[in-house]
Amino acid sequence: MKLNGQYIKLEETQHLDNFLKASGYNIDTIAVELNGEIIPKSVYCDTLVDDAAEMEVVRFVGGG
Amino acid sequence: MKFILNGREVQAEETTAYKVREKYGKPTDIIIFNGFQIDGDRPITENDILNIITKGAMPQREELESMLAARHTPGVHSRIKSGKVAIAGLGGLGSNIAVMLARIGVGQLLLVDFDIVEPSNLNRQCYNIGHLGLLKTRALKSQLEAINPFISVKTRNVRVTGSNVKELFEGYDIICEAFDRPDSKAVLVNTALKELKTVKLVAASGMAGYDSSNLIRTVQPMKRLYVCGDLENGAGVGNGLMAPRVMICAGHQANMVLRLLVGADQV
Repeated sequence: MKLNGQYIKLEETQHLDNFLKASGYNIDTIAVELNGEIIPKSVYCDTLVDDAAEMEVVRFVGGG
Repeated sequence: MKFILNGREVQAEETTAYKVREKYGKPTDIIIFNGFQIDGDRPITENDILNIITKGAMPQREELESMLAARHTPGVHSRIKSGKVAIAGLGGLGSNIAVMLARIGVGQLLLVDFDIVEPSNLNRQCYNIGHLGLLKTRALKSQLEAINPFISVKTRNVRVTGSNVKELFEGYDIICEAFDRPDSKAVLVNTALKELKTVKLVAASGMAGYDSSNLIRTVQPMKRLYVCGDLENGAGVGNGLMAPRVMICAGHQANMVLRLLVGADQV
């Protein structure tokens, strides 16, 4: 799969929320685009990610 | 030949800038020629844009608007003037972005913030002592009116949530995300991209402290999302927010807005 422009191997298809947590993301401070679509946080646990996926994860830090 | 003088089309025989000044102005007036103040004579060609400005004199209102845009890169003013930009959050980023967009003449601005000005804001936000206690929307709008009276500035005194994003920002071309909390940034970006199908977002992440200015940059992680900042330095206990880096980030955001309005959508 492609994550933020880099190819990585996804060993098994999994739910997006598990993938994000395992990758160390805080799901309250990110935006996720999967295969060109923005994914609402409420459906992370219902969305599957496989090794053909193309994903962008933007992490926000505080300040402004 | 036809050229533009102080915002009006003029048909005249004068062939150089100094000759135009001699006819229409005073010898000591400054001449801005296609966006640049000249200090030597130049020939004029068809459709050149001249502004002849008497320093110290208040111009007629109809000339003032063209003088405000006199130093713009030629050709961009009408595209900027038709721009509709919302600024969500009027703190260190938002207040400074608003001033920059007003200066360049973005035609319609929407300022959104629920908060009032307090003293710790002044180390980075575009307010002054006379604004303490005022709603940020009110304090900022009055400053913008004094900078550029030719733009429209609307305000909303609300806290942005997932449920009011669509109603607040529908109809705007670009939303500047200028919040402080990272969870608020995520809610706005996610909701706006999902529910407003054509809007572009210029968001911010990472501008704390006094680390190198050169770490602040603009990236485009998604088709309709730009993010400005160093992407790392979050504000927190021990990591403050100060005017220089905050305003560099605000400058990145304002310039990205300008680029989008004139059709340059690469970072």
